[in-house]
Amino acid sequence: MIRALHRWPGLLALALITGLALSGAALSVFPAAERLSAPQAEAGLTVAALADRIQTVYPGVEQIRRSASGRITAYWFDHGAPGAAAIDPATGEGVASADPNQAERWLTNLHRSLFLGDGGRIAMAVGAAAMLVLSLSGTMLVARRAGGWRRWFAPLRGPLAGRLHVEIARIAVFGLVLSSTTALWMTASTFDLLPDGSTAPAMRAEVSGETGFALHQMPALLQTPVAELRELSFPYPGDATDVFTLKTDRGTGYLDQGTGALLGWSDLTGWERVYETIYMLHTGRGAATLGLVLGLMALGTPMMGATGVLIWLAGRRRRPRIRGNQPAGGAETIVLVGSEGGSTWGFAATLHAALTDAGQSVHVGPMSGFAPERYTRAERIIVFAATYGDGAAPASAKGFLDRLSAAGGAPRIPLAVLGFGDRSFPVYCAFAKAVAAAAQAKGWPEFLPLDTIDRQSPQDFARWGRALGEALGLDLELSHQPILPAAETLTLVSRRDYGAEVQAPTAILRFALPPATLWQRLTGAGFARFTAGDLIGVVPEGSAVPRLYSLASARRDGFIEIVVKKHPGGLCSRQLTTLEPGDRVTAFLRRNPGFRPGWGRAPLILIGAGTGIGPLAGFVRGNSGRRSIHLFFGMRHPDSDFFYGEELPALQEKGRLTRLVTAASRGTRPHYVQDALRGDAAEVAHLIRNGARVMVCGGRDMATGVADALAEILAPAGLAPAVLKAEGRYVEDVY
Amino acid sequence: MKSVLATLALTTALTLPGLAMARPVTMTTTLNNYGGDGAYLALYVTGAGGAYVGSLWMAGGKSKYYEHLTEWYRATGGDSAEVNGITGASVGAGRSLEITLDLADALFDAGYTLHIDAAVEDMRDSPNEVAIPLTRAGAGTPVNGRRYVADFAYDM
Repeated sequence: MIRALHRWPGLLALALITGLALSGAALSVFPAAERLSAPQAEAGLTVAALADRIQTVYPGVEQIRRSASGRITAYWFDHGAPGAAAIDPATGEGVASADPNQAERWLTNLHRSLFLGDGGRIAMAVGAAAMLVLSLSGTMLVARRAGGWRRWFAPLRGPLAGRLHVEIARIAVFGLVLSSTTALWMTASTFDLLPDGSTAPAMRAEVSGETGFALHQMPALLQTPVAELRELSFPYPGDATDVFTLKTDRGTGYLDQGTGALLGWSDLTGWERVYETIYMLHTGRGAATLGLVLGLMALGTPMMGATGVLIWLAGRRRRPRIRGNQPAGGAETIVLVGSEGGSTWGFAATLHAALTDAGQSVHVGPMSGFAPERYTRAERIIVFAATYGDGAAPASAKGFLDRLSAAGGAPRIPLAVLGFGDRSFPVYCAFAKAVAAAAQAKGWPEFLPLDTIDRQSPQDFARWGRALGEALGLDLELSHQPILPAAETLTLVSRRDYGAEVQAPTAILRFALPPATLWQRLTGAGFARFTAGDLIGVVPEGSAVPRLYSLASARRDGFIEIVVKKHPGGLCSRQLTTLEPGDRVTAFLRRNPGFRPGWGRAPLILIGAGTGIGPLAGFVRGNSGRRSIHLFFGMRHPDSDFFYGEELPALQEKGRLTRLVTAASRGTRPHYVQDALRGDAAEVAHLIRNGARVMVCGGRDMATGVADALAEILAPAGLAPAVLKAEGRYVEDVY
Repeated sequence: MKSVLATLALTTALTLPGLAMARPVTMTTTLNNYGGDGAYLALYVTGAGGAYVGSLWMAGGKSKYYEHLTEWYRATGGDSAEVNGITGASVGAGRSLEITLDLADALFDAGYTLHIDAAVEDMRDSPNEVAIPLTRAGAGTPVNGRRYVADFAYDM
């Protein structure tokens, strides 16, 4: 619901809001410029003195105005011709033209009415209202995504467009809410919807009928500092019944031109004061710095519009139409999807197609539509559950747990839960786990244990598909590639072999950089831009499912390097490890923004085992800034599978690697990388307390062992891996 | 060129019901190129001694801004009921406002004065931009305004 409230106003009012924001940002400069250029009155100058100075220079003066920026303008008549100038209050002389700035006037008219009069004003007010709705719904989405209001500024993970969108929004939203609310108030006031019109002028006592009282002796003018002046209007020459009209920021009064007496006074009403404050907040007139800040925040709007459209398009692409979806009452297999952005639907569609091909009748629906009493012919229920933010139910799974707990008994139809998540988040697949736990507590039978898919991994999904196929007695190949990027041909230039002696044949494969087109170079698409830790997807011959490998090199290294271990029966790893220099392979680049060392000087603790060394070695090689890096590397035997064993000492000598700690699981004193961490506990705890960032790459068991070891090491310091993850200081790339 | 035909039968005391005692008067106000947004104009009549008699026309729809037509505002107490039904759009720089009203014969050569107050956003307020006595002899003779009105004339 909130997402829809965010999406549709955003898409529909995109052009309007962009126009409003850009013109508003441009307008924010003028009050500041006026504030800087206008000569300011000296402290303590009274209106009496100022008016006297101006009248001395311009005897025909009719009106003196002071704008919120402090600029003083005088209007006069001289021999029947009107004149006006911005005044230097120190001398009373005109120093600049008083004509309105044409650019500012043009922008103002564009900003408030698109040059279309009242219709345009209403259109722009609709734009402001859309901006307010977007700001409020976006605020709730950000809070939900971050896992609570207190985590408003928590580090972000995920695809670039989404991160940029939130990164800008969580700062700009304050300005946008202020600007849009004040805009709506001002429009309501313009259309007389608010009782803030000026009141009837004050009752005025009879004028004396005399003229010629000296300006600089009028008590009311002597008591009013220039800082409070809004406007002083002079009586018509020769009209003894006319009066001086004085407007200050407190109210309006009339002065007798013959006696200087105050003939009447009316204070500003509360509504008028509110309007003036709102006008100041919106325009920056009288608050130039605030205006500039609001203008800067408004500049984020076009960027948010662009990234918002990208997010929407990506979500649409990810959510395919499911052809031949069976009604829930007649299907043998019920697939329930809990998805926030839409990507999980793509996996459901793949499963639907594969099961339908295998002769099953399948219904796919949202988890929020869970209704076990309707599944009369169902033999199994499969739940695909993504997680939103810090373990919350995703949009299409709202209410699922409530419905389950409200249901009388447990459904008798066996269940399988598959979680979709991102291991770099503090709570991985938390919602799927909650669903599985609730089902178990209820006594719901399970036909497959809970499994998880990390970052939409096609490999994880294919593996789960094989398990599902076994359970159903079907030969099931689930090949799902969410967005298949354009693949390129890579040519192997060299290979280094390790590990044959320890039954783990592994190769470090180095490919030549494919030539980048001009377009790729400009946009950084494909292999035109990559860093160590990004992934390449290799599509092996004989399968449609790409396999992902972590890159051990960056673009500036001039080559593409991966570390591949030959798995028994592994299709892709067998093909890769038999490549000889000159052979070719088809691959595409997948960015992995969650696994980067990041900027800054904080020390890095890199922990990896086996082929997980790849990206870590890449980080060390790229450490030209000599950031402190501590590398913990687990292998089987130093004589056989010490990958990069020749390169690392040289890097250490160059200062790119501070310390290398190895652990060998075979040999005289077998231990694992987590043992090496424990053996170095004091140093590791010291580094982490001082802001070090931990990056783990390797197999799942190793990552679990490392997390356990770190939990032990950090417990005395009151820290935990989960806390570090939440701060974005503990990232994993696990396979 | 704006052309407005208004019969002020119901709105002000300036018109009399019988056509025999009233005549159509066309008032043309041409603005100069003062370089600002559309001007608000108030056309009204005062009697001998400057007492407000009634309004003829208000160019400008937002009553919020009427206070800038300072003389008219003071004379009427800012009462927008005074211009109910005789309100039109503001007049852009360099444009003309032409209105035709049935005015009572008794208004002419009887010491009444026609005033125009003008105001433009972010520019000076200009009360009594035009102030001319209503006379039969003065009809057709254009007079200059002070700041925004290039010339004003009434024809009968």
